[in-house]
Amino acid sequence: MTTRTITYREAINEAIRLEMRRDPAVILMGEDVAGGAVTHLEKKGEEAWGGVLGVTKGLVQEFGRSRVRDTPISESAFIGAAVGAASTGLRPIAELMFVDFFGVCMDQIYNQGGKMRYMFGGKAKIPLVIRTLYGAGFRAAAQHSAVLYSVFTHMPGLKVVAPSTPYNAKGLLINAIRDDDLVIYLEHLVLLDSSGPVPENDYVIPFGKAEIVRPGRDVTVVAIGRMRSFAMQAAEELAKESIDVEVVDPQTLSPLDESTILESVKKTHRLVVVDEDNPRCSVANDIVTLAAQQAFAYLDSAPRTVTAPHTPVPFSPPLEDAYIPSPAKIVAAVKETVA
Amino acid sequence: MAEISKDKLPWVYERMRLIREFENRAAKLFAEGKVPGFVHLYAGEEAIAVGVCALLSDSDYITSTHRGHGHCIAKGVDIKEMMCELYGKKNGSCNGKGGSMHIADVDKGMLGANGIVGAGGPLACGAGLTAKIKETDQVTICFFGDGAAEQGTMHESMNLASIWKLPVVFVCENNGYAETTPSFYHCAAEDVADRATAYNMPGFVVDGTDLFAVHEAADEAIARARRGEGPTLIECKAFRYYGHFEGDNMSYYTEEEQAEQKARDPLDKFIKRVVDRKLISTEKLEEIDARAKTVIDEAVQLAEDSPYPDLDEVMTDVYVSYQEVMP
Repeated sequence: MTTRTITYREAINEAIRLEMRRDPAVILMGEDVAGGAVTHLEKKGEEAWGGVLGVTKGLVQEFGRSRVRDTPISESAFIGAAVGAASTGLRPIAELMFVDFFGVCMDQIYNQGGKMRYMFGGKAKIPLVIRTLYGAGFRAAAQHSAVLYSVFTHMPGLKVVAPSTPYNAKGLLINAIRDDDLVIYLEHLVLLDSSGPVPENDYVIPFGKAEIVRPGRDVTVVAIGRMRSFAMQAAEELAKESIDVEVVDPQTLSPLDESTILESVKKTHRLVVVDEDNPRCSVANDIVTLAAQQAFAYLDSAPRTVTAPHTPVPFSPPLEDAYIPSPAKIVAAVKETVA
Repeated sequence: MAEISKDKLPWVYERMRLIREFENRAAKLFAEGKVPGFVHLYAGEEAIAVGVCALLSDSDYITSTHRGHGHCIAKGVDIKEMMCELYGKKNGSCNGKGGSMHIADVDKGMLGANGIVGAGGPLACGAGLTAKIKETDQVTICFFGDGAAEQGTMHESMNLASIWKLPVVFVCENNGYAETTPSFYHCAAEDVADRATAYNMPGFVVDGTDLFAVHEAADEAIARARRGEGPTLIECKAFRYYGHFEGDNMSYYTEEEQAEQKARDPLDKFIKRVVDRKLISTEKLEEIDARAKTVIDEAVQLAEDSPYPDLDEVMTDVYVSYQEVMP
């Protein structure tokens, strides 16, 4: 197989393209996923945007406007329509432009898509992927920068995927599209232009399988999404001081690969969780609870979390930079666990 | 449009009678404490569900509401399984895990009663989208109430169905009250159907207690949807005999309204028309009444005798597959 370096954005686009080629039931819908349904562009077979940040560019040329559908700015209607289409035989990929918009369509995600199978006694399935942009660092201010994966992880019936590299972005998305449940697939705004090696062919990364990104002896650092690269930077710093950090990327938050995390903690006896989401009722606290309940006797120090504060995302660049967890904060937290 | 065929009339009457019997019995069972939870009854609105669903096959879809028993029966969901579901029993339509507000039978094209007012609109658009992309002639009916007419989801859905020309028919069941709040108070429009103009689709107001009127309007709308010409909004003006839910004291109804209801009874109206025109004999109608009563009796007996689900059912059916589970 050929592997080349492409961006996270291109990896997501490629996953959608390959799956739409493979399965005619896969469709893409959302606001401006093509864009510009006007005659002069249609004649040239072009779209205006291909998604607000160009993630789905080029797909309408290959698959046409029946399978790549621009929607009105009616998140309840089109997310709900995606649920309805999934329950009747399509495998839609719906794009919720920014995760902050979840509030305008949460009923369709939570009460409809997330509960249908259970309420119907297992007699329905909802093979739907909701792709959504998230994360701070884009200077996009309080209503276009949140993380919120903790909210979805809390909810039974949803699966939650947070890719951190172009490689896992592609493999996890292909798995999500082939999965028979409702998957919330979170694309980090700041990672879109990051690049890395990605095989050309299709491949799947299973859900519920964490990746040990860097093996280490002294401290387990669980890092989600963009935080993975920050944790790696922190690990390089700490190596200079002979602190050997093991970096674990859960890749999916629901299901969560508890065994890999627990095995790592049992080996290193120390835990730091790095999570860009707000701290209350968070995935970070969930993972600390997991360690406290199931590996308490192995812990040599209190687990630490490095998270955003309990605030919305500020706009002013210095404030936003201060809001986001940083490699320096991770270094400090790791040192607290070994002190 | 062709009038409903004479051959179909006994089926139509039987469905309406089954709904009435089912609902009257459900009210009694709720009062006796045998049916737990929230129960919203459809009696008084039978002509709407039956008038519309008489035009559908199992492969067509409907989305329903919290007041969904009538839609289920009209769409052919097994009545014994429905009664077992109301009891929360193992052999219910949803294995007892949904209850009255979430009865569903996807194989029968019934995409679920719904506890969220107005939530069916987007789902109906989705079922319509499946039919459109797969190029089938399936149609989806979105039943919703006058209360739901004020939800943003319904406005969004009617617009979406119209721009995408989806094979969806929106059937507003206006029973006069959103829970306890009267239509004139909550609806800025004279008729909900007036709003069809804004979504560039045909809109009709029909007497929702007249099966023949409902059927005629639905026939035209469904034919239009199957031809690929897009959605229609039909508002059926009706009433409900029972309260918003069982336990509602209905103090908001005036005596005049209650007297008016009796005169508008959809089953009485149907009987008068078919007997006057000698379309069905009185004996035949009585035979159907007796059979309906037996069906409901048997359903209740089965529900009484059936076991509850096994306790491990709490944990099943959340996902098709899930690799790791939190303790």
